[in-house]
Parts: sequence; C-alpha cells; structure tokens
Amino acid sequence: MAPHSIPGFDPSPMRNAAHWRRSEYVFWLLPIAAFFAFDEQLTLLSQIAITALFTLSLDLILGYAGIVSLGHAAFFGIGAYAAGLMATNGWGDPLLGLLVAGLVAAASGFVTSFLVLRGADLTRLMVTLGVSLMLFEAANKLTHITGGVDGLQGIEMKPIFGHFSFDLQGKTAYIYSMVVLFLLFWIARRVVNSPFGLSLRGIRLNVQRMPALGAPVNARLVGIYTMGAAYAGIAGALLTQTTQFVSIDVLNFSRSAELLLILVLGGTGSLYGALLGTAVFMTAHHLLSGINPQYWQFWLGLLLVLVVLFARDGVMGGLGAIGKRLPGAAI
Amino acid sequence: MTVLFDGIASGLLLFLISVGLSVTLGLMNFVNLAHGAFAMLGGYICVTLLSRYGVPFLAALPLVTLASALVGVVLERTLYRRLYGASHLDQVLFSIGLVFMSISTAHFFFGAQQQPLQLPAMLSGQFNLPGVDVGVYRLFLIVLGLAVAFALQWMIAGTRFGAQLRASVDNPRTARGLGIDVDRVFVMTFALGSGLAGLGGALGVEMLGLDPGFPVKYIVYFLIVVAVGGSGNIKGSLYASLILGICDVAGKYYVPQVGAFVIYAVMVGMLIFRPQGLFGRTAAK
Repeated sequence: MAPHSIPGFDPSPMRNAAHWRRSEYVFWLLPIAAFFAFDEQLTLLSQIAITALFTLSLDLILGYAGIVSLGHAAFFGIGAYAAGLMATNGWGDPLLGLLVAGLVAAASGFVTSFLVLRGADLTRLMVTLGVSLMLFEAANKLTHITGGVDGLQGIEMKPIFGHFSFDLQGKTAYIYSMVVLFLLFWIARRVVNSPFGLSLRGIRLNVQRMPALGAPVNARLVGIYTMGAAYAGIAGALLTQTTQFVSIDVLNFSRSAELLLILVLGGTGSLYGALLGTAVFMTAHHLLSGINPQYWQFWLGLLLVLVVLFARDGVMGGLGAIGKRLPGAAI
Repeated sequence: MTVLFDGIASGLLLFLISVGLSVTLGLMNFVNLAHGAFAMLGGYICVTLLSRYGVPFLAALPLVTLASALVGVVLERTLYRRLYGASHLDQVLFSIGLVFMSISTAHFFFGAQQQPLQLPAMLSGQFNLPGVDVGVYRLFLIVLGLAVAFALQWMIAGTRFGAQLRASVDNPRTARGLGIDVDRVFVMTFALGSGLAGLGGALGVEMLGLDPGFPVKYIVYFLIVVAVGGSGNIKGSLYASLILGICDVAGKYYVPQVGAFVIYAVMVGMLIFRPQGLFGRTAAK
C-alpha cells in the first residue's frame, strides 16, 4: 500500500519513535544481568516483572488514553482467579492459563468499558472503584469457589511446554515472567507507536477535536481499555502461577492505589516509566518493609503526597531532564 | 419498624460524616478521599478524651468538632490549597497518600484493635413503643443529625457566608473582584466539613466501630452518599444518606449473605444512569 503523502507533512519523527534505540537494548540487558547478579533474590525479581506488567497495563489506559481508574486491580484479580481455578480443576498448563486469563479479563474489560466511558473523570474514578469493590465482595462471599479470605489453595502447575517445571529457587518463574513481560512490552510498544496509539494520545490531549479528524473516540477507548484489562489479567495469572496461590488481596483497593502510585512515580505516558517506576518502588518496598514492616504504609503515603506535590513527572521526567542536558543520550 | 428506625439513625450518622465531603467535593470541586481520615481522627480524639481524661461524652463532642476542624484548617493551609487547581487524579493520589499515612499513624498510637466507647447512662438503653424498639442513642443521633441538616441548609441558603461560599465556588475570580476573601471562605468551609466529619466519627464509634482501617472501610459509603445525593447539595445528601442507611441496615438484617454487594451495585448503577445524582443540580465548574 502506498503511503499517503500530505504536502508539508513530515512523518519521520513518528517513524523514528518506533525505532529501537541503543539505550533500550541496554535496558533489556539488565534483567539478564540481574538473573546472574541477584540469584538469591529471584522471587523478588519475578514479583517486579509481574508488577511491571500490571503497571504497564494501567499505563496503557491512563498514560496513553487518559482514562483514570481506581479499580484496575479488578482485572488483575480476575486473571489471577481465572488461572487459579483452571489449575485447581486440572488444566495446569501455564500458557493455556495465561491465554484464558487474558481472554476472561479482556472480556470483562470490554463489558465494563461501556460503563466507564459514560462519565467524566470523577464518575470514572467512582465507577471503577465501585466495580472493583463489587468483585472484592463477590470473591469474599463466594467462598466455595474462591476460598474467600483463606485464598485459593491447591494450585499445581504443569511444566511450561511440558519441560521446564517451576523450581523452588524461582529460576523458571523469573525467566517465564520476564519473557512474558518482554513479549507483551514489545506488543505494547508497537501499539502505542501505531496510528491507533497516536490517536489515543490525541484523544487524551483534546477529546473534542478527535472526532473532527475522523477518529471514533469511543471505539478507540473501548479498544485500549480492553487491552489494558487483558494485560492486567495476564499479570494476575502470572502471579498465581509463580506463587501457586491466590489470595483475596489481589482484588484489594490498596493494590489499585499502589499501582497508581507506581505509575505516577515512574511517570505516566511512557512505557519505560512504568517499568522503571516498578523497579524503584518494589526495591524500596523490599528494603523499607524489611526495616519496618508495620509502618511501611506510612512511607508509602508520604511518598505519594510528595510525588504529587513536587515530582509530578516521576522518574522518567527526571531522566528526561537529565537527557536534555546530555546531547544524544535521550531515552 | 425497628429496622426502619435503626436505618434512619445510621443514615443520619452517615449524613453527618459525609456532608463535609459533599461540600468539598461538590462545592469546592476537590476529590478528598481522605475525608474518612477526619472522621477517624474525631473518633480517636473522642475515645481518648473519654477514657484518659474522663471528659463526659456530651462535653467531648464540641471539643472533638473543634479539634477536627482545627486539624482541617492546618492541612488546608499547608497542603490542600496547593491542589485546588490540580487534576482529579492528582487530588485522588494525594488524598490516598494522606489516608495511608493516617492509617499507619492510628495504628502506631492506638494499635489495631477496636476502640471501646462507654456511653453515658442517659444515652444508653432503649424503650419500647408499640411495634418499635427505640434505642435512646439512636434517637439522639436522629435529633442531632436533623438539627445539623437544617442548620447547614439555613447557613448555605440564608446567610451572608453561604452566599459568599456559593459565589466563591461558582466563579472565584469574580467573587474576588467583588471583595470576597475567597481563600478565607474556603478555609472556613473546609474547617466546617472536617469538623462535622470529626463529630460524625465520634458519634459513630458506637455504631460503626473504630479501628485504623476506618477511612478505607467507609469511604465508599461517603462517596455513595455524595454520588447519589448529587454533590454540594445538603438536601440531596440527607435523602441519599437516609436511603443508604435504611437499605444497608435492612440488607444486613434480611439478606446478610449478600453483604455490601448490593450497595456497590446501586452506586455503580446510579452513576451510570444519573451521573449528576438523584437530586443533583448541574455541577458548576
């Protein structure tokens, strides 16, 4: 297909945005290095990978499309329970589990997207919060299916591809989560740099104008919301499969709130922001809660307040500011 | 009948706590999810006054209101005011941060257990009318709640301060041009909202319980009241609280296995079909 040529329009900046930069290659070498450098901490590292995927899913809908959500944990929980229930009922194949969890979460995202898209920011916040609280209540009450507060136990995973079984050290779990994260990141990167992704950014910046340019606003938002939900579901499924347990915590409100914090910490609207924010946050969490497990929440709250007041652009904003001073080193 | 009566009482309690949120959210357009934290603060101050200093319950209530209002003013001056113009997302993040901090702080000073509250003899007990068991404390809540509702309605609709408040909200710039000290009006309003929340929290120890999880556990109820009642609308909040209180008590009484599910479903449905609330006036932006 021949590209449309518009006089005076140079598409090269957008094409360039889709190219992989050198710093990105270096970034993706880090997880491999971490595998050898921190082989005692592989459980933590796979937690980071899973949370990073979850953050990525929120970044897609919040950072790119500008849909605020206080209940994104709903989809994480749906995915986690879907994968868990499959495994307890005898379909213990991890990849099948991921696929089904993603599809179930996507379906629920698709259905709820219509509710969410009706209102403005405030209504959205409350609808997403309400939906996730409903799910939490449901999981809490349906003890015969979900195990209620005790969690879903007795999950046994089969080896991946029938070969690589999950070991106690967490090597398989880490590689598995990292590979899934990388593949989904790669897809997300393609999506946000596609015309679809650009139109989402347009919608975030000016909703009124996009229909005039011929972009079907609602259809685009439904699309990205569904995709975000699917990603969150897959992240939930990964957590279930690597820990072989589903706690009702997966649907908790504080998980949604924490997720928002991570994303804001990293910087919204940038895929690497989501990843870096998660890495920084999880490491801080690990260290601080090691020092003072009970009052970790206090520091979390303080961090949130400080970020909102003083560092609205997050880690990526900081890096960007540094990048501007060093010519040629922009991320 | 008893269910209805208890429902009305808990509805009015909800009203007391959430009317402050209705004011900040609806009139000042600030999403303050930390509202429950003020109620919790009121509860803890009340419990401390009663158990440690032996202040009588009725005397403690005004003190609690004042103290919460004071904390409200301090926070407004130092933190909240910076975020008046910010996006809703920022406000939400900020107030969630405050909630987390308040939970940890309460945990640190008081521990995770429920706080006991000894009601004075004249407010405890109950008497029986034909068909209704009337708890004296619940009757007290109803009277107090209605009194506050009428006082607020009168204040916003009938006094000079109310007029200034409405003007400052609808158009801060013009209000400032007319010589209204908008900053001061907002501080006073915020103080009023947090004071009432503190009062509600103190009164609610008996019915809702008090532990560090309070702000998260009940924030949804407050939001529902505001959402259903239409924000910034005293009468709407009153009706919404009553409906919610009655539904909640009746639900817990007749179908306990469903739990809070119904309430959340009602809220979501409500927001979908009438985003401006049942009794909402169109929000002034």
